[in-house]
Amino acid sequence: MDRDLNLGEMIITRLINIAGYSAIIFVGMIFYFLLREGLPTLNEVNFGNLVSNRWYPIEAYFGILPLLGGSLVITIGATLIAVPFGIGTAVYLAEIAPRWVREILKPLVEVLAGLPSVVLGFLGMLVLAPFLRKYLQLPTGLTAFTGSLLLGGMAIPTVVSVAEDAIDAVPKSYRDASLAIGATKWQTIWRVTLPAAKSGVTTAIMLGVGRAIGETMTVMMVSGNAPVLPGGIRALFKPARTMTATIAAEMGEVATGSVHYHVLFFIGMVLFLISLLINITASFVVFRQRQRQERILS
Amino acid sequence: MTDQKGTRVRYLKQRLGFRLLSSMAILTILPIIAVVIYIVIQGAPAISREFITGFPEDGMRAGGIWPAIVGTFYLTLGTAIFSVPLGIGAAIYLSEYAPQNRFTQMIRISIINLAGIPSVVYGLFGLGLFVLFLNFGTSILAGSLTLAIMTLPVIISTAEEALRAVPQAFRTVSISVGATKWQTIRRIVLPEALPGILTGVILGLERAAGETAPILFTVAAFFLPRLPNSPLDATMALPYHLFVISTQVPGMPIKIQYGTALVLLTFVLSMNIIATVIRSRARASRQW
Amino acid sequence: MNKNNQKITIQNLILHYSDGTESLQDISLDIPAHAITVIFGPAGGGKSSLLRVLNRLNDLVDVVKLEGEVYLDDLDVLSPKTDVIALRRRVGMVFARPVVLPMSIQENITYGLEIAGIKDDQRLEDSLEKAALWEEVKDRLDDPAVTLSGGQQQRLCLARVLALEPEVILLDEPTSGLDPISTGKVEESLQALKEDYTIVLVPHSVQQAARTADYAAFFLQGKLIEYAPGNLLFTNPQDQRTQDYVEGRFG
Ligand SMILES: Nc1ncnc2c1ncn2[C@@H]1O[C@H](COP(=O)(O)OP(=O)(O)OP(=O)(O)O)[C@@H](O)[C@H]1O
Ligand SMILES: [Mg+2]
Repeated sequence: MDRDLNLGEMIITRLINIAGYSAIIFVGMIFYFLLREGLPTLNEVNFGNLVSNRWYPIEAYFGILPLLGGSLVITIGATLIAVPFGIGTAVYLAEIAPRWVREILKPLVEVLAGLPSVVLGFLGMLVLAPFLRKYLQLPTGLTAFTGSLLLGGMAIPTVVSVAEDAIDAVPKSYRDASLAIGATKWQTIWRVTLPAAKSGVTTAIMLGVGRAIGETMTVMMVSGNAPVLPGGIRALFKPARTMTATIAAEMGEVATGSVHYHVLFFIGMVLFLISLLINITASFVVFRQRQRQERILS
Repeated sequence: MTDQKGTRVRYLKQRLGFRLLSSMAILTILPIIAVVIYIVIQGAPAISREFITGFPEDGMRAGGIWPAIVGTFYLTLGTAIFSVPLGIGAAIYLSEYAPQNRFTQMIRISIINLAGIPSVVYGLFGLGLFVLFLNFGTSILAGSLTLAIMTLPVIISTAEEALRAVPQAFRTVSISVGATKWQTIRRIVLPEALPGILTGVILGLERAAGETAPILFTVAAFFLPRLPNSPLDATMALPYHLFVISTQVPGMPIKIQYGTALVLLTFVLSMNIIATVIRSRARASRQW
Repeated sequence: MNKNNQKITIQNLILHYSDGTESLQDISLDIPAHAITVIFGPAGGGKSSLLRVLNRLNDLVDVVKLEGEVYLDDLDVLSPKTDVIALRRRVGMVFARPVVLPMSIQENITYGLEIAGIKDDQRLEDSLEKAALWEEVKDRLDDPAVTLSGGQQQRLCLARVLALEPEVILLDEPTSGLDPISTGKVEESLQALKEDYTIVLVPHSVQQAARTADYAAFFLQGKLIEYAPGNLLFTNPQDQRTQDYVEGRFG
């Protein structure tokens, strides 16, 4: 019987180990397949073309700058919304809100995280865009700004949950010390708690930005999809097109193995690298090595 | 005197500050509620037995959305089949087995990265690996696998958190009465962490159910007025269907669009509600 | 001390933790069967560390150096080939904090039995009886174990160990969280149990040590200072440090 027990234990331990390693394997595989399908671009499209500002695949213009620009403008806009609202909400939830309010609000923030992006895009098209067009007197409501607004909203839950965890993790003694020398709760929040949670809050912002850059369906539906290199602040109120939207919109129609196909994978590779950069940086901030140092009962 | 005035000013500031933050929170929350209510109001008139259980007709401009509902259900199920055992296994590894070293650190960084990869890039990956390289074609199988990898990080991190929350003392006691490590995990740790794990699983699957970009090139059929009958079939799916009828089909009745949005939202939100209920129930009945 | 009557023999035991603590330094000690051997001394002396070696619970801890020999009868406790599961069934442990598993009272007892593949309904009552808990819980066996009082929980922990019918029972300050009445009950149970078991107790006070010890070992900073029958050690300590500690002059 002990034999069986040991064998069973060994097998299950193996399986668990493999499951544990799987995340690394998947990241590797994703990168590999993006390289495999994306790198041929560098042979097929000359570099000048690739970094030009004209994206018109039908005539073999594969300048990805307008797409990078579109992603950039929309992401900056989204960040300007998500950061203050996300952190404000996180501070409110962690430090100010009474318990019952928190119990209601937190699940609602989670609902926002779960709203399918296609539903938001759909409403953005039908409700928000016409509203903005009328109100801002624009030729079209499908603009980078519309995308930024929605993406900002969609990035908020990420910012809130990470920032709130970070604020929660600040030891109570810090706050007590500040309150004890006569600071108000408000001063304590700004001068003690938030600075102490700085690294976590930074991570929250970065992950929020990452969320915004990667969002696809919503931007594709509401941003107007014009691959034009943005110049100046005005660009915010004109149609734009992101890297993600380009892939989503065009991949369905390209022939497997064509130049256009490879370029789309190439863009995917760029997106992957951007998110890798953001997330690796963020994760180095996160790792304060939370060890489990609970000694055995003694 | 001045000191008192200073104090008054400081508390006034605090009051204003609190006001500001609470209005920000409200501004964050209100649109969510508004979105949900608006879709319910606009979509409700479209809902009928025929709409739910019927097949699309007249180039999707009439009839029902049954194939899309079934497709989303299959995709969610398929995602669960792959991601749940793998995700829970990885969480167990991280919480119970992983040594504290660089390699484990690398696993954690990989998980954070998986969580951050744009959904459309998952779509590309699924196309490259499952659809083309492994030759699954655009199919439920290819889509489920793609979605499963995408949901892994959510499941792993929530499940790991739930496992870690189980007091270490239980493990020590169990080992001390002669249980093996796995027996301890299976009989003590997993049951105690189950509600937390379930919450994570449901939240992960909720994301999978609502995603469009990863299935664009891996499963989704634009229009396929029959039910899939094998994992290697393509299928319609609710999120993609909503995308199609709201952007690609001219002359689409608005009512059907809102109705589809409502069905999708109901699908996703009910998962959300179930997760929330499980979590709060478990918190209330926890013995430690 | 009669050599044949030794249950556990410890020779030149050395244990260092990964953080550099030299928690046991060359300990040699024989623990007799059918008696209460008390291991006592000031905090950090290595008492818990020693107990954890005896049923290899230190496998769960970051130990960097473990040398010497420990025998339970003829079993080489420290050998990598030793079946630790069987060992832990022979050497049960009760901890300082009463840790009941998150299940019913009955399941707390049967947990170890089920895992060992033992089906024996009588053991439930017997073990609770021996731990002096049966009368208090016999009508509520299906209640969650956490609904018991702290003292009852600790006796349940003792019963959980007894159900496995071990040969040795290790108790690490089992009464540190209990009131005097519960403490008295646990001590009474131990006196009754020593007929059938080998008991190693880390007491939570010198008084408890003196009350319960058949044999007593005084540990100070990882070293065994003095080891003698209880009546001798507490009335006539040979080492100045033992005397100081027993008389409450430090610690
Ligand atoms: N898991 C561990 N890792 C590192 N050092 C440890 C560990 N457990 C104990 N130690 C150290 O080993 C030494 C002996 O500890 P031990 O718990 O055995 O002492 P003790 O006599 O039981 O003390 P107490 O009366 O406080 O329970 C102490 O210095 C302690 O800090
Ligand atoms: Mg101790």
